[in-house]
Amino acid sequence: MLEYDFMRNAFAAAGVAAVVSGLVGYFLVLRGQTFAGHALGHIGFAGATGAALIGVASIWGLVGFTVVAGIGMGLLGERISGRDVAVGVVLALALGFGLLFLHYYTAFATQVTALLFGNVLAVDHATIAVLIGLAIVTLGGLAAIMRPLIFASLQPELAEAKGVPLRFVSVAFLAIVALAVAESAQIVGILLVFALMVGPPATAQKLVTGLWSGIALSAAIALAEAWLGIAIAYQTDWPVSFCIAMLSALGYFLTRGSFLPRRKATQ
Amino acid sequence: MNVIEFDRATIGIGGRDILVDTSLAIKQGEFVGVLGPNGAGKTTLMRAILGLLPPRAGTITIFGQPPHRGNPDIGYLPQVRTVLPDLRVRGLDFIASSVHGERWGVPSLDRAAYDMIDKTLAAAGAADLGTRPLSEMSGGERQRLLLAQALLGEPGLLLLDEPLISLDYRYQESVIALVRNFARERNITVLFSAHELNQLIGALDRVLYLGNGRAALGTVDEVVTAPVLSQLYGSDIDVVRADGHIFVLSRGRSVEQADHMHDDGHAHGHHHDHGAHA
Repeated sequence: MLEYDFMRNAFAAAGVAAVVSGLVGYFLVLRGQTFAGHALGHIGFAGATGAALIGVASIWGLVGFTVVAGIGMGLLGERISGRDVAVGVVLALALGFGLLFLHYYTAFATQVTALLFGNVLAVDHATIAVLIGLAIVTLGGLAAIMRPLIFASLQPELAEAKGVPLRFVSVAFLAIVALAVAESAQIVGILLVFALMVGPPATAQKLVTGLWSGIALSAAIALAEAWLGIAIAYQTDWPVSFCIAMLSALGYFLTRGSFLPRRKATQ
Repeated sequence: MNVIEFDRATIGIGGRDILVDTSLAIKQGEFVGVLGPNGAGKTTLMRAILGLLPPRAGTITIFGQPPHRGNPDIGYLPQVRTVLPDLRVRGLDFIASSVHGERWGVPSLDRAAYDMIDKTLAAAGAADLGTRPLSEMSGGERQRLLLAQALLGEPGLLLLDEPLISLDYRYQESVIALVRNFARERNITVLFSAHELNQLIGALDRVLYLGNGRAALGTVDEVVTAPVLSQLYGSDIDVVRADGHIFVLSRGRSVEQADHMHDDGHAHGHHHDHGAHA
């Protein structure tokens, strides 16, 4: 299947996006912010359709909207109670706007399915170049804040006392998540970013308890699921995003199962 | 040498002053129990020492310098501890995250840093916790891990904010003994806040009682008296000594017990008393 150019492109694009999603997703799961990641995808939908309306490539609308929304969410604060409610309301509003933009730009409607559910088989060289560029920025940013990010995620109270700027780290991280969501959405679509950003890290955390082994395994699982998903899609003619989502869920529920020892300690 | 000096310091949060015009000095190697009614400012005092809360008036001096955030000479166990019940990260990585965790970039710890962590875990009786994920630890084990973390790097000053909360009685004793011995061997100054005085009596050198914007620092015999505590609590307090124990009573009821019962209801959520930290 690698003799086709579009298949090679698909593997390359999915590989880049999967590794980024697996790495960034690990921290998203660690911090318990998966819902924010989900919401960023929906907000990206409004950005992508809005960009199409004003004649800009939808990926830049996606990137722009998710990053701005990510920064906004971070600025809303580390510990606003009912944060999930606010995120949920914004999420619905963003989808509503996406629909409004579509309403005025009907020619774009054919691409909506691709936006929502991904279309990795239609990726061209230019898109791959954009994905690689975004990946470098995303992973560069993650590397820059990784140390205080881990500290602030595991022990926010102590991190604050030790001089970690919690607010800044939180904002910077959500901006990084926004970029990763934009990457992931190119492969599996906005509605299925969880398949690459949450499934693999959650599976990795079930399997290993080391921080570094967990991060590496998360990226490896995301990559394996993305590539295997494309291969299965090639053989079966099922949609790629379905195959990846199925593998992601399968991995998670298999490792969640009771055959792994789960000691419940008592004091 | 004085490790902590307050010179006519006033500290407060929001519209409330917690300590007004307070002067006190704590020497190196002292084990000081920090007591007082709920909301008296035990946590606020520690946050001021950590440099998270500048004094509104007067000066605070820590190791001869004004307090500053990220002081490596201070080991800290916060009272509000975010507990991630599903955190499948092993104890070693959890602790290692705090070693220079404020620096930017990708974490990198050398062999010496890991050796130091191993040694401290062993000294805190937590060697077995390094390889186990936090999601599988009991409350007591987590506490021991956090305590080991506070001891990391052998700081000159330990601020332990309610380290006994949500531990059973037997385990509370072992935490006190562990801190006492570790600090005494290394001449470390300890501020240990708690609800109950009696458990600490054997360990502490002096007691710091907070209440009503005031602080009383001295030996148990000097401070835990009816006149001093009545002033701090702002109500009539009786102090009854029996069989080596001291009971602080307000209208015949133990004030410690009342505080404790209040805490038991909320301590597990760890959001208790959060307003005091904002």
